[in-house]
Amino acid sequence: MSTEKQLFTVSIYTENNIGLLNRISAIFQRRHINVESLNTSPSEIEGVSRFTIVVNMTEDNIKKIIGQIEKQVEVIKAYYHTEEEIIYQESCIFKMKSGLLFDEREIQNIIKESNARIVTVNRDFFVIEKSGRKEEIELLHRELSVFGIMQFTRSGRISITKDEMKISTMLQAFQD
Amino acid sequence: MKETQTINNNSKSTETTERISGSEAVIKCLLAEGVEILYGYPGGAIMPVYDELYKYQDRIHHVLTRHEQGATHSAQGYARISGKVGVTIATSGPGATNLITGIADAQIDSTPMVCITGQVASHLLGSDAFQETDIVGISTPVTKWNHQITKASEIPEVMAKAFYIARSGRPGPVLIDITKDAQFEEFDFKYEKCKGVRSYNPIPKLDNTSVEAAAKLINAAKKPMIVWGQGVSLGEAEAQFKAVVEKAGIPSAWTILGAGAIPTSHPLNIGMVGMHGNYAPNVLTNECDVLIAIGMRFDDRVTGNLATYAKQAKVIHFEIDPAEIDKNVKTEVAVLGDAKESLAALLPLLEEKTYPEWHQKFKDLYAIEYEKVIKDDLHPTKEGLTMAEVLKEINIQTKGDAAIVTDVGQHQMIACRYANFNKTRSNITSGGLGTMGFGLPAAIGAKMAAPEREVISISGDGGYQMTIQELGTIFQQKVPVKIVVLNNEFLGMVRQWQELFFDRRYASTEMTNPDFVAIAKGYSIEANKVTKREDLKDAVEKMINTDGPYFLEVCVEKEGKVFPMIPTGASVSEVRLE
Repeated sequence: MSTEKQLFTVSIYTENNIGLLNRISAIFQRRHINVESLNTSPSEIEGVSRFTIVVNMTEDNIKKIIGQIEKQVEVIKAYYHTEEEIIYQESCIFKMKSGLLFDEREIQNIIKESNARIVTVNRDFFVIEKSGRKEEIELLHRELSVFGIMQFTRSGRISITKDEMKISTMLQAFQD
Repeated sequence: MKETQTINNNSKSTETTERISGSEAVIKCLLAEGVEILYGYPGGAIMPVYDELYKYQDRIHHVLTRHEQGATHSAQGYARISGKVGVTIATSGPGATNLITGIADAQIDSTPMVCITGQVASHLLGSDAFQETDIVGISTPVTKWNHQITKASEIPEVMAKAFYIARSGRPGPVLIDITKDAQFEEFDFKYEKCKGVRSYNPIPKLDNTSVEAAAKLINAAKKPMIVWGQGVSLGEAEAQFKAVVEKAGIPSAWTILGAGAIPTSHPLNIGMVGMHGNYAPNVLTNECDVLIAIGMRFDDRVTGNLATYAKQAKVIHFEIDPAEIDKNVKTEVAVLGDAKESLAALLPLLEEKTYPEWHQKFKDLYAIEYEKVIKDDLHPTKEGLTMAEVLKEINIQTKGDAAIVTDVGQHQMIACRYANFNKTRSNITSGGLGTMGFGLPAAIGAKMAAPEREVISISGDGGYQMTIQELGTIFQQKVPVKIVVLNNEFLGMVRQWQELFFDRRYASTEMTNPDFVAIAKGYSIEANKVTKREDLKDAVEKMINTDGPYFLEVCVEKEGKVFPMIPTGASVSEVRLE
């Protein structure tokens, strides 16, 4: 099935260096691969950054991409995983008119049922936050859009693998 | 690739520190890395470093090229013939952007190079200051590594890392951009060579089971064929490679950058593969049962149409760069590691063999290629001089010991096809990027790195004019390089394609050329022009026997073509002879 396109989550452990984002995104850009989402953050290891990138492509091609990513001097290790191999979350926030909270009772139910939460309320607007899988966020967006959304933004995916990542062992081996 | 440069004893790392400027630190780092020659061009943002170069001129030789692109190609020529890191230096803005072609060339041809660029002062970064350009951003896709220094204290560590990364593993270009304030700033200098970078594993650990699996396949093969690339010479594995080829008795072909790792005349050397390679190895790629690729990357110019490339063969790939495995061609067995170590491990596992019938097939196809192509190239009956005749004469006069530095185009393919390469690191050419203008400046660097060798630059009339200004460098530095221009008054390779695939519409390929002899003489370079066959021998002889630089223009037939040829999209076995 390696020639069928599917979603892969790429996890890249890197040195924390200016310019590396450019180097990594160039690998995708040069091959005309559209990045579905991209997130950078610290990792479980001090001083090591973690990129989480979601792409839709074939397994044959993602393997080659991983090779190109790992070839970069400041990349410690790169992995790719299918949807089944990871636990992932995205997060989103909505800004909506405060009046809706009182005029549209349905909104309160939607918030409750979707496990979203209200972050702040003031006279003009209120803000809803939700973390979850992509489909849950899309569903919430569809439901709320009926009432008019003032602003909406969604984060890139962050993910954790079900299996162990042997990064710390690798780095330890270098120290020894 | 092994570290071939030694630390200069006078500036070995010491426990004590000394307070110096960033720019002096740059020079001290270069000396510590064994750098003897720099190619470059001064300008505002790099002036503090040039000021230090002035003070250190008895210990480090700066070659003022006539364009920064020339500096990169000279550094590449220097690196390619010697295995050492080539070094260039340039100013910010246009100085830096002019390096890009050479850097891209070094990246795709795995040439170790360190480029140092000056940058505007750090407080001006991002302000569109005079001669400010984001050279780190621009060079990112074409460098193995790059880094911007804004504080003098970073210089020793970053420079050490730059040289380590450029020369280790699969070599490549590194760019270090240094802001002007960091060049002026004083700090406590102490140098230590880089021994490793934790996120970077230059040479994968050799896995013996893969070597055993490779040996098993090779020993069981009926019609094995080797295709080797530059990895053999980059890994200084020529001796191990020759031993493997001879023990296993396998017909061996080379990619353009692999040329010379075993001599052209070696009985198991069956010629070049690829678009203008030899007939037999191209055709029989699609007949061999085991294809052993060593230090090569299955470039599209080598494979032709991948869908019909060696589909019948089991492929073994000896390679240092894991990203190359299965990139273009699926392998049965991948042996990751340094060529020298891998081949040394393979040798004792191989059975001694010969394949007389299989060899005969190569000989039979060579006979066809000789009849249809080679005979007319080398012994033409028509009036016009051929490019191959010139190469034949150079072979005779240099006994095949010269380093041939070519540009890009028809003359390049002819040179690779017909030059005798007795020695390794003798074919210096722009393989992957196909950079016209590469040849002349690369020959300068090659000759300066290996003054004991005869270095002959061979260019076409098109590419020659792309970096012709480097005659000024030859003149000023008195580099005794021999320059041959094969002049067909056309951009010949493009013209050949126009003839074959665009119904002879010669769009912008005809050249009205200047008096090349007069130009060379303008730089006080002895020069001659040949238009007739009967004058060729004496002219080449005169060139070889001249002590200083020499320019020879040979007017060749205008509409000559290079064959064999694999048209784009065709299979290697569909290689055309006419």
